[in-house]
Amino acid sequence: MFDNEMKLEFLSKSNNEAFARITVAAFASQLDPTIEELADIKTAVSEAVTNAIIHGYEDKTGVVKIVCKIKENELEIQISDNGKGIENVEMAKQPLYTTRPNLERSGMGFTIMESFMDSIEIESILGIGTKITMRKTIKKMEENLEEDDFANSLRG
Amino acid sequence: MESEFIQESKLLIFRITEEIDECSVQKIRRKADYEIERYMPKKVIFDFNRVTFMDSAGIGLVIGRYKIVNMIGGKVEMANLNKSVEKIFEMCGVLKLIPITKLEEAV
Ligand SMILES: Nc1ncnc2c1ncn2[C@@H]1O[C@H](COP(=O)(O)OP(=O)(O)OP(=O)(O)O)[C@@H](O)[C@H]1O
Ligand SMILES: [Mg+2]
Repeated sequence: MFDNEMKLEFLSKSNNEAFARITVAAFASQLDPTIEELADIKTAVSEAVTNAIIHGYEDKTGVVKIVCKIKENELEIQISDNGKGIENVEMAKQPLYTTRPNLERSGMGFTIMESFMDSIEIESILGIGTKITMRKTIKKMEENLEEDDFANSLRG
Repeated sequence: MESEFIQESKLLIFRITEEIDECSVQKIRRKADYEIERYMPKKVIFDFNRVTFMDSAGIGLVIGRYKIVNMIGGKVEMANLNKSVEKIFEMCGVLKLIPITKLEEAV
């Protein structure tokens, strides 16, 4: 089905965030992403993992799970928690919507995930947990080069 | 994060040296607030030159400091943003509130 797959599980501690995003980035690097694409992936992962830790589990400790799959040149990232769930997903997706303004959250996490990845699905059940699925197609090296050539030829 | 205060211009510079996420932001915030209270600056500049990663925690960080500095009548600016840091601030409308300025990285 998929060409490659990896799974990662870790405790919901914020000092695991860097480890999580770097691991996903290392796995994604087999698709030859540009530095910018890699930065976008890391940021999107960091948003979802932080949400699982601070909103999903709040002060409790639980397990955050990441599943990454590669099919051809598409990367799929699932990030899930068994935390408290999201009451209103449509509302949560709105820019600037946050339930924790006292923590200096800006409510931009989902907006960043949406704009840095090609697609995002949010499944959430109150009291059961939340699963975020994000996908991004990484252009093949040649396509990037061709685009550069094209851009260069326009510049003359 | 390293900080530098220039007495003549009452300028406080925060040179952030770590990746900015939920994990690191608490320490940065605490130090920044302490220095702001200590120096009561006219202007605060966040230098992002050595920031290799930032997520939405960075938005809360600069907006939070902006509110405090604003209250004491000061201004906040940002310098040396890399492409992805600038993209995040741009997307969230932070740049309308906190402008980008030029700042040489001191050795
Ligand atoms: N895994 C989760 N479990 C429970 N609630 C969540 C989860 N992820 C998001 N939420 C809810 O959705 C809201 C919006 O999330 P989003 O990431 O967009 O903003 P934020 O985390 O509040 O702020 P920011 O990400 O900008 O620091 C959160 O305030 C929270 O109420
Ligand atoms: Mg968030």
